[in-house]
Amino acid sequence: MGYPHKPHAKETALLSKHFGDPDARTYKGWAKRGGYETWKQAQTMAPAAITDVVKESGLRGRGGAGFPTGLKWSFMPKEKKKPHYLCVNADESEPGTFKDREIMRWTPHALLEGTLIAMRAIQAEVGYIYIRGEFTEPYAIMEQALAEATKAGVLGGHKIHLHRGAGAYICGEETAMMNSIEGKRGNPRIKPPFPAAFGVFGMPTTINNVETLAAVPHILRQGAAWYKAMSLSNPKSTGTKLFSVCGHVRLPGNYEVTMGFPLKDLLHELCGGMRPGRTLKACIPGGSSVPILNREESEGCLLDYEGCVEKGTMLGSGGVIVFDDSADMVYQIMRLARFYAHESCAQCTQCREGTAWTTKILERILAGQGKMADLDLLLDLSDNMTGKTICVLSDSCAAPVVSGIKKFRTEFEDYIAGRKQPVMVA
Amino acid sequence: MPDELINLTIDDVPVSVPQGTLVIEAAKQAGVLVPHYCYHPGLAVAGVCRMCLVEVEKAPKLQIACATTVAEGMVVRTQSEQAKQARMGVLELLLINHPLDCPICDQAGECELQDFVFQEGRPGTRYAEYSKRFNPVEDFGPDVLYVPNRCILCTRCVRFMEDLAGEPVINVSERGDRAYIGIHPNARLDHPWAGNVVDLCPVGSLLSKDFLHKARAWELDKTASICTGCSQGCNVTLDTRENVVVRVRPRPNLQVNRYFICDHGRLNYRWMNRGDRIEAPLVRRHATDWDEALSRAATVLRGAGGKAVALVSPRTSTEALFLARRLLARFEWTGAFQVVMGDEAPLPGVPDLALRAERAPNARGAELLGYSRDYAAALETSRTAAVVLVIDEPDAAIETAGTLLYLGTVLPESAHGAEVVLPIANVAEEDGTYVNRDGRVQRYFQAKPAPGMARPAWWVLSELLAQVDGAEHCASAAEAFDALAGSTDAFQGLSYAGLGAAGQGITAKAGARA
Repeated sequence: MGYPHKPHAKETALLSKHFGDPDARTYKGWAKRGGYETWKQAQTMAPAAITDVVKESGLRGRGGAGFPTGLKWSFMPKEKKKPHYLCVNADESEPGTFKDREIMRWTPHALLEGTLIAMRAIQAEVGYIYIRGEFTEPYAIMEQALAEATKAGVLGGHKIHLHRGAGAYICGEETAMMNSIEGKRGNPRIKPPFPAAFGVFGMPTTINNVETLAAVPHILRQGAAWYKAMSLSNPKSTGTKLFSVCGHVRLPGNYEVTMGFPLKDLLHELCGGMRPGRTLKACIPGGSSVPILNREESEGCLLDYEGCVEKGTMLGSGGVIVFDDSADMVYQIMRLARFYAHESCAQCTQCREGTAWTTKILERILAGQGKMADLDLLLDLSDNMTGKTICVLSDSCAAPVVSGIKKFRTEFEDYIAGRKQPVMVA
Repeated sequence: MPDELINLTIDDVPVSVPQGTLVIEAAKQAGVLVPHYCYHPGLAVAGVCRMCLVEVEKAPKLQIACATTVAEGMVVRTQSEQAKQARMGVLELLLINHPLDCPICDQAGECELQDFVFQEGRPGTRYAEYSKRFNPVEDFGPDVLYVPNRCILCTRCVRFMEDLAGEPVINVSERGDRAYIGIHPNARLDHPWAGNVVDLCPVGSLLSKDFLHKARAWELDKTASICTGCSQGCNVTLDTRENVVVRVRPRPNLQVNRYFICDHGRLNYRWMNRGDRIEAPLVRRHATDWDEALSRAATVLRGAGGKAVALVSPRTSTEALFLARRLLARFEWTGAFQVVMGDEAPLPGVPDLALRAERAPNARGAELLGYSRDYAAALETSRTAAVVLVIDEPDAAIETAGTLLYLGTVLPESAHGAEVVLPIANVAEEDGTYVNRDGRVQRYFQAKPAPGMARPAWWVLSELLAQVDGAEHCASAAEAFDALAGSTDAFQGLSYAGLGAAGQGITAKAGARA
């Protein structure tokens, strides 16, 4: 994979238009492509007017939850009594997701421009871009871009800090991120209070995803109606979305399509289909935290918020993980559970103990030492881990387990009954 | 004007509580204890153990009672099937890495994990992996051991050290199921208030070295008392086993010490058990009975005139101080006490709470009753006094031409020349009151019998008064206190019964320091 990657005819290259073009990374190159023009325009607008346009556009958070962005901004106090903050969530750590990395690598100024516009909309003078620690290259590029933008004087009195994570997945959870920015252990906070009332340093704060903010200048420049019109299925899901496709397809990579695009077309046309002689078995459409779809569900799934929910999963971050018929679903699910067990912050009992126990049971099943009762135990345990904790890491561990057992039960039973050779798991 | 109350029902019991009350606290008013671990009323809410999950009508999912504030018309169900299942699930998860070594654990019998598992846990485990998380026992500080295998990571200890002690030397280290309470490699848990983490720990993970293997919780008798360590007057519980004080723990009093005591007070109890006590009255060093000793002392008092000096310990009960003064009222009277001084050690997170420099529980009471801090002058006066009455002040180097009457728990050298020695009870062996530095009168209760023939000082002095003045004998500390309150301005309006278990302040006007 990698760039330059020629956009497929069915793609709608909005955010990814300049991917693969090193000239777009520089301030000069970005300015040549109309960069920061929208920011200039936004500086003449009232904050509430910017928010209204974004609200009208139907833009929803691209980090995973899909919360309407304009609505989120409107939660910030109108009358400013304390400093306001914007946090940009660039801690892209969701397994299977690598879209924010590409936005930062190729179009750092697009993110900066979106960040500045959002800061004006919520009346924030300081913004933090929290970049995943492992993203050394995107960090260097963002640092360079910020220096250039500062030098060019486009920040207009706003201050933007780049903040590097230190390798914890949980710091991508917005309240954990705020703690991390404050220099504390990155533990999620209980809500309420919500960030718009009591956020980073106890001040009103908005947290937005990189892809969300990168879309904002386009919306402001071309109008809410234009953005809203980009919708192939449900009018509640608008605009374009980057999908990071990985796994068993011939052409993995980032693909930008209009909301409502069929998953089937993404996999079989844009990504070139399965490897020769292989067929699609399963797909996780929204990053590792969402329920797994089987072949039939995948091929009928429309890629927008509602379309995914209809199939019993979620659009999430748009990290599409594809499994063909060679995949061992028990093993794959164990790997996901192990990831969550490793990353649990240890605050909530269900998550701290439940993710680790889930992993142990799955490992036992793979080792040929499972019992049939383990499947019910896993389901009961997953139920216990769903909807009962501070954040959704615990739920995220349970989602693939529950959907996996439901849809691929015979694979589990094969290990338990000794019909399948045990797997040594290190 | 009182704040408007919020009405809600908890398990069908209607309650009205002030706005902002947490559901877990409102539930207490409904007589419902919602099981919990991380929540503690004296600490910031963490909401991490997820044990207090309850059903709240109209909420899409279960809510934690410790972080949910009440709302008008709210309907809370702690015993719904869903809530009970969720809590059972938490308990099962807490136990998968818990060693269940209750037979050798100091916490057994007062362990919240035991209690709630017994109350609503699963009858057996489904954890079939056998190996449990293991970390070796760590020596955290002078009086604290950490047994990580029993830890349920409620973080009460971490929050106490960070928010209240202001010395964040411990934290949650690692993450996931590898997490444990870590201590800074170059630090010790030796803050003057660090011992509270042992009380706060809901399981047997943080242990007091002082109490280690001393007793099983169910062998202990508990008595409400007042700490004698300084003038703060922290409310404590004396834990006795077979009439031996084996542990001192804080007793909640929001006005004085909230939920905490300092380590100085916690460990200041061994003297209550000392064996070298006076067990019989002495007249000129010969053991005798109370009748002879009291009548001898009464004869001395009746026959003398001129100056009298009372040298008293500031650990003496207010009742005894009052009666001693009344006993010497016929004389030209001087009373004095001396206070041992030490370093002040505040608990920064709680306003107006500290181990006070004055290591005396009743200095204020003595002052209010006219005793002076000028101990040297009183000693000087003693030389020419007709009578010197000492109450448990072993450090008095008394020289007097008059008669020495000594009421004491032990017999120091200075009392060898006493005409009469009257054995008295110590704080653990009598009822009485102390007045703390803020003028709060607080009762302490008898935790164990006094040795031999020893009696409370108020009893001894009241007997003497009856013999000398024909006054009516006080049959209890309560009668002695009520006599005091009835005749002393500073204590006006107070009654022994009215003091209750939490105490009452003296009136502001009377309480103003002279």
